[in-house]
Amino acid sequence: MTWQDTLLKVAIIAGQSLALLVALLVFIAYILLADRKIWAAVQLRRGPNVVGPFGLLQSFADLLKFVLKEPVIPSGANKALFLLAPLVSCVLALAAWVVVPIADGWVIADLNVGILYIFAISSLGVYGVIMAGWASNSKYPFLAALRSAAQMVSYEVSIGFVIITVLMCAGSQNLSRIVEAQDGPLGLLNWYFLPLLPMFVIFFVSALAETNRPPFDLVEAESELVAGFMTEYGSTPYLLFMLGEYVAIMTMCAMGTILFLGGWLSPLPFPPFTWVPGIVWFVLKLCFMFFLFAMAKAMVPRYRYDQLMRLGWKVFLPISLVAVVVVAGVLHFTGTAPR
Amino acid sequence: MSVAAAFFYLFACVLVASAFMVIASRNPIHSVLFLILCFVNAAGLFILIGAEFLALILVVVYVGAVAVLFLFVVMMLDVDFVELRQGFLQYLPIGALVGMIFLAELVLVAGTWVAGPTVASVPQIAQAGTAALTNTQMLGRVLYTEYVYFFEAAGMVLLVAMIGAIVLTLRHKPNVKRQNISDQVARTAKTAIDVVKVKPGQGI
Repeated sequence: MTWQDTLLKVAIIAGQSLALLVALLVFIAYILLADRKIWAAVQLRRGPNVVGPFGLLQSFADLLKFVLKEPVIPSGANKALFLLAPLVSCVLALAAWVVVPIADGWVIADLNVGILYIFAISSLGVYGVIMAGWASNSKYPFLAALRSAAQMVSYEVSIGFVIITVLMCAGSQNLSRIVEAQDGPLGLLNWYFLPLLPMFVIFFVSALAETNRPPFDLVEAESELVAGFMTEYGSTPYLLFMLGEYVAIMTMCAMGTILFLGGWLSPLPFPPFTWVPGIVWFVLKLCFMFFLFAMAKAMVPRYRYDQLMRLGWKVFLPISLVAVVVVAGVLHFTGTAPR
Repeated sequence: MSVAAAFFYLFACVLVASAFMVIASRNPIHSVLFLILCFVNAAGLFILIGAEFLALILVVVYVGAVAVLFLFVVMMLDVDFVELRQGFLQYLPIGALVGMIFLAELVLVAGTWVAGPTVASVPQIAQAGTAALTNTQMLGRVLYTEYVYFFEAAGMVLLVAMIGAIVLTLRHKPNVKRQNISDQVARTAKTAIDVVKVKPGQGI
């Protein structure tokens, strides 16, 4: 391979990454607005409706406001780590999207261990929070960092077991193969959410806890910890934290879509529906998953910290551990295990 | 120089430099963060030799869980840096001894890899059958066929360590009120509320 070929390959990958990044960030700008609108609708409010028609430009106005403000660094803070923390959480969250197949063959890196890669990257997300909490040199952020470290490590375990059950059914760690394994004549009845329904529920609740979404937002519980690990942050660093948080939420939605809702597959496998491009179905499913996240935020009161730990270790961990054994047994004895 | 070689030197240099910074940096938090950088670069080296499963497991287990707990503990401790520096010469002989033993063991392991016939056959066991096996399948084959007893024994050792830690820290204090979730869930309006009709002027 000559150096021109290498250069061309790098340029193509860079172009694809840039396109995905821009599409993802614009999508997240509207997801943020949707989050606020859904929350407002549940509480019989209007939500943001001033900037642009129906408030459609609200997120961009917020972006400008954050970027133009002065970043304040507390005098006792560890400057390097204080600024590194938001970068880490935002970059890691975005890095997970490199293996997400948004349609048939539309993936930047088709890794054989794609699901493991996403799991690894999302388990690194805790560092942004811990570094921010410690580097702020302040009580509340530090307490939030301790809480978040325990919370995220706890719920990763049950997410890991849920992923293992799906992997056993699909017989591959490649995200595209997992989606293809759910393809079948029955359409949406072939998807894994039906045979693995308890796992889907555990995955959904653990995803809420892993991304620090309400009702598990103890990391930034404003009634106890001011604003948690973000207390000392403002302007662009704060924006990066918010962005990282929402990108991580979208990654979890994408994972739920791919593992349980058949990724880019059409729910009804006959012509008028199969003509629709796969990316449309993928985005629709992503929006459905996010709607569930937003409704959980609007409806469920915040958990107490010891209850959160109890749910993770005493309820989800045993159930998912037993489920791994049961699924393996069923696959083995019915002879339906993939070769 | 190929692209792979360039990446190898990049990862290796950063790995050695960050490993040095783990022991050289003054702040223990920075040490742990450099250790994490070290782990991530080791994962990069694993990917370069085609062991992608091992690389990602290294990131999930060591960076995602073990190093978090390290960081957690180091943050909670109030370490006096000056005092820590003073003990350096005192601990140097022991540290050097441990380092030498570790080096000797590494040499022995590498030597067995070259000389031992059973160890050398591991790649063949992994690749037996079809050639188009993924990394994960090969590893599973070796672990669950050839070395299943060692694998189970390693699991038992970890289980014993876990139970030991729980036994050491578990304490039932007598006067602590605990929440019984099943009792709370089983409560109904009938058992929870006692309605008493009180006639005016009498009291209960």
